[in-house]
Amino acid sequence: MHKHYVIAGAVVLASGCASLALAKETSFETVQKGKYLTQAADCVACHTVENGKPFAGGRAIETPFGTIYSANITPDRETGIGAWSDDEFYRAMHEGIGPDGKRLYPAFPYPYFTKMTREDVLAIRAYLNTIPPASNRRPDPKLTWPLGYRALMRGWNWVFFQEGTFTQNSEKSAEWNRGAYLVEGPGHCGACHTPKNTLGGDKRSNALEGNQIQHWFAPKLDNDRQNGLGAWSVDEIAEYLKTGRNRHSGATGLMGEVVANSTSKLDDADLHAIAVYLKDVTAVAPELASKPEQAQMDAGEAIFADSCAACHQSNGKGVPHMFPPLAANANAQSSDPTSVMRVILEGARTVATDARPTPSSMPAYGWKLRDAEIAAVATYVRNSWGNAASAVTPAQVKTLRSALHATTQ
Amino acid sequence: MAPHDISRRNILSAGLVVGSASALGHLPSESKTIAGEMPWAPGVANAPEPITPDGYQFVSPDEAAFIDAAISRLIPADELGAGAREAGVATFIDRQLAGSFGAAETWYMQGPWGEGSKSQGYQTRLTPAQLYRAAIKAIDEHCHATFSGKSFAELAPAQQDQVLTGLEKGEIKLKSAEAVTFFETLLQNTIEGFFSDPIYGGNREMAGWKLIGFPGARYDYRPYVAKHGEKLNLPPVGIKGRAEWTPRG
Amino acid sequence: MARKLPSADVVLVGFGWTGAILGQELTDAGLQVVAIERGSWRDTPTDFAVTFAQDELRYYWRHALFQQPARETLTFRNNATETALPMRRLGSFLPGTGVGGAGIHWNGMTFRFLPSDFIAKSHNTERYGADAVPADMTIQDWGVTYDELEPYYDKFEYLCGIAGKAGNIKGKIQDGGNPFEGARSRDYPTPPMDMVYGPTLFANAAKELGHRPFPGPSANMSRAYTNPLGAQLAPCTYCGFCEKYGCGNYSKASAQTTILPVLLRKDNFELRTESEVTRVNLDASGKRAVSVTYVDAQGQEYEQPGELIILCAYQLHNVRLLLLSGIGTPYDSATGLGVVGRNYAYQITSSVDVFFDDKIINPFIGAGSLGMIVDEFNGDNFDHTGLGFIGGGYIAGWNTNGRPIETHRTPQGVPRWGEKWKRAVAENYLKSFSLATHGAVMSHRANALDLDPTYRDILGRPLMRMTFDFTDNEHRMSDYLTDRAAEIAKAMRPREMKVTKRTGSYSIVPYQTTHNTGGAIMGTDPKSSAINRYLQSWDVPNVFVMGSTAFPQNPGYNPTGTVGALAYWAADAIKTQYMKNPGPLVQA
Repeated sequence: MHKHYVIAGAVVLASGCASLALAKETSFETVQKGKYLTQAADCVACHTVENGKPFAGGRAIETPFGTIYSANITPDRETGIGAWSDDEFYRAMHEGIGPDGKRLYPAFPYPYFTKMTREDVLAIRAYLNTIPPASNRRPDPKLTWPLGYRALMRGWNWVFFQEGTFTQNSEKSAEWNRGAYLVEGPGHCGACHTPKNTLGGDKRSNALEGNQIQHWFAPKLDNDRQNGLGAWSVDEIAEYLKTGRNRHSGATGLMGEVVANSTSKLDDADLHAIAVYLKDVTAVAPELASKPEQAQMDAGEAIFADSCAACHQSNGKGVPHMFPPLAANANAQSSDPTSVMRVILEGARTVATDARPTPSSMPAYGWKLRDAEIAAVATYVRNSWGNAASAVTPAQVKTLRSALHATTQ
Repeated sequence: MAPHDISRRNILSAGLVVGSASALGHLPSESKTIAGEMPWAPGVANAPEPITPDGYQFVSPDEAAFIDAAISRLIPADELGAGAREAGVATFIDRQLAGSFGAAETWYMQGPWGEGSKSQGYQTRLTPAQLYRAAIKAIDEHCHATFSGKSFAELAPAQQDQVLTGLEKGEIKLKSAEAVTFFETLLQNTIEGFFSDPIYGGNREMAGWKLIGFPGARYDYRPYVAKHGEKLNLPPVGIKGRAEWTPRG
Repeated sequence: MARKLPSADVVLVGFGWTGAILGQELTDAGLQVVAIERGSWRDTPTDFAVTFAQDELRYYWRHALFQQPARETLTFRNNATETALPMRRLGSFLPGTGVGGAGIHWNGMTFRFLPSDFIAKSHNTERYGADAVPADMTIQDWGVTYDELEPYYDKFEYLCGIAGKAGNIKGKIQDGGNPFEGARSRDYPTPPMDMVYGPTLFANAAKELGHRPFPGPSANMSRAYTNPLGAQLAPCTYCGFCEKYGCGNYSKASAQTTILPVLLRKDNFELRTESEVTRVNLDASGKRAVSVTYVDAQGQEYEQPGELIILCAYQLHNVRLLLLSGIGTPYDSATGLGVVGRNYAYQITSSVDVFFDDKIINPFIGAGSLGMIVDEFNGDNFDHTGLGFIGGGYIAGWNTNGRPIETHRTPQGVPRWGEKWKRAVAENYLKSFSLATHGAVMSHRANALDLDPTYRDILGRPLMRMTFDFTDNEHRMSDYLTDRAAEIAKAMRPREMKVTKRTGSYSIVPYQTTHNTGGAIMGTDPKSSAINRYLQSWDVPNVFVMGSTAFPQNPGYNPTGTVGALAYWAADAIKTQYMKNPGPLVQA
């Protein structure tokens, strides 16, 4: 697989000479580093439409405030960033401000990219310069009034945006600092995993404590044993990011894409560093959930035995690396049950990677189970085998079912 | 060349996909080119479509009366439990005849038509829907002629058994249909209706499964593999569940 | 007007087991491969999920996963004095369609043939004299030996994670395995499945009689397994909806579970579905294939050129394609000349039902290849002197299912419907079991495939015509086997038993097996075989033909293990010999 990229990169380098001539002389190493960082930042995921030209933008990003379309970051001079200077590129990444002073929306996670060093940012720029230019003008954002006025972002930035390059924590190891840089900078994990306030800013004091996004719940990444990463070792976290699964869980949905496009391409040292950093995130104990109703547990048990045990086993132990164990499953015990309901409704596919090519998948149950049944079995899973989490109500299932149905129309 | 994960995604369309009750899963077909990964999309399930059990969609009232009477002899109600009638087999047969089975959609129905040997199998040019229609009419005509104007449904059970046996053995010849072929089809469909998943209209309340002790649409018997010779008493479950799936209260 | 497409290194026609194996092996060698499959994509979570796979009506009785005769079927007659009539409904065999082919709905019984099976003609002649093989019995030696194929059997078994117990490792007989099997280099990749009650009773009875039963080698996983390609399978859950159904939890070996996750990620592989290959096109000399023509779902015709064209469809379709494309001389059973269509064979089966008062069998706890096997009467494992037949078969105590429409045993004398029937079914469902015999069919001069003169498919092409019947050899052998099975049944001490021998002419109506073989057989002589020992066409060297099509006659075991081994064997020959020097690999 890798050899194709190198060859392609070289060919593209040659054809990209015209635009390169305008930039400072760039070494092959810088471009390769920039490519690596682009993967770490997973730029391609947001900046490419399905089946579209890479990095040509136009992908719809759903936010609670409406839809924003990603920018074209190919070197095209009219519709891309080919005409930008390096300083302008760095300012966009570091301050969230475009060449004409236009404020960028934080759907583009500049509050995270601000932490990146100028050297890293310019390496990314050098790599992006080698992408074939593609002409694609993105649609205008469709935001709830008055958020369409970019100038409002000045106020938002003033309250919620902390500009500044990452600074090392001298009390921690070099590896921890590298992990912190990756997670808080290019990795922008908090963009999904940190809860937001009503204006879409990070609740910084609850960093990485889980967040609902695009009808998924990105789980808590602290060191809590029950619904964080407490039961995962450093190696298991690294394994998950690299291969898409470990004995506890498999990446699916949006995280599956992150693994496929980004983390599976990082080197082992960086993955280990990320894991070391995450294991150091202070555990926040989950809220105590009240005991579920017996009627739900009884029904859930019956449904589970008949419909779920074939893969997840009656003792909840699953098949490690294939069907996630539900006993002591942190994701399943998230305070917000959105992901649990979603995988039951729509099924889920564990991402395929070179290391683990079988995309072991859960089938969809939405056509088979009614809302009350899904609520019962979700409650059962969240409260069996030592698990403890809030019950799920039929109303919650109904709401999610309608929302998902609406997005596929 | 950019990462192939995005640009080489398959072109399987997303969204809910449901198969038909006739079990063909026929959807408008479309040739596809698949490369780069195994196709998948959330919410896709080539699932069966349950019938809605109200009234009859294909059979006429006379045909319904015949079927109701015939299946009651083929699998009668008794102290062991419900028979085919109580289990909704008439509804099952009606929906089958109304669907692709009735229309012989998957069978080779091109001519020329020959009779052939027993080894060569069914060569009837009638679809099951046509077969039932023609045979029932002919059988009732036979009954009118033989039993003082009574139709099959009006006969006493012993007489009904006599007629069914006559059809089975080929002793009764029907004008417009092959008697043995019809009887075999009716018997087969009756057994199907008695033992198939309740979503198809028969095996109501899983009466057929309860009669024999079949646990239904389960998928994991590992806890029981080693329990040699034990009576397991597992309540039957259908594709759409069982009563215990509904939270009580 | 057919649209001509860019050429590919390899074109695979059909995409079931052998298509997936060839696709994986040849893309590994750097070739660019295009696979063309007439059916649709299907996969575990969307098409045979645990949420709806347990649907007896839909999958077995309405044939949702199988080939539809409306689209393609064949005509059938027992002998040339009859007019062949269409097989209008599926019955005796259930060919697959779609990605994965019949490999989706197979049982998973994965045997190896015996060393003597590969040299059936010379072995039987040597042991029993020339008279043992009557003039019209057209059996042949294969042209490849068991020892040559052994590494490839091993490769297929490890691809699939076969659960079993070896009986002969490098010549040393192992307790608990098949003492008759050919020597294998190592044990199976996973241990045998946990056995359920019925097969256990059968095995105990067999041992009482002095037989040495062993667990059926199973492609239903006995534990979670990661194969050498990195594909993962999960443990079988004994759901009893295995054969004739797709597996819902990745626990039955198939192209989808063992190969496709890896193959589809490759840049040099592409699969086109709902595209039916109608013929292979040859150049003016007739000695080189240049392309295949296929029709897509909208009726548009395409021409796909390829350097190497490999027929990977089901046995019946491979033969038909050869006939329709004019590759190889068609066989004429009257003259005995020609090769394409000769030596068609099948399987002969029978059963013995046993009924208990005191033993609860729970037949619904089953898997496609869950059971115990007695091999004392297979192949030439026993002395045939004076018996009047050659070949044999295994006797099995399988417990594959308790699906009620299919499996509701009633004792001898019970009527087929009514009060007594209902009572008998209710009383015997949980407490009955069946022994099965699975016997060889020798090839015969008159049993053949050719093109029908009358009937056509929806594209207007002539259907294939099958002329087949069991001969005295098969009946005598099957009766003998059934008698031996009845002895074991008696030793199980049931309340009563019901012996059902296979009698009369072969009928296309009741389901028996989907083990159709021959038609383009492999061999050493182009006058009596269509392909050489590497499965390469004698007539058109850039065409290879996979599948049980190659079997010169059909031994007494399920064919898939050997189909897989031959596919790997042929792939190896292509990679190590053909690619270096395209052309005939064997001089005629």
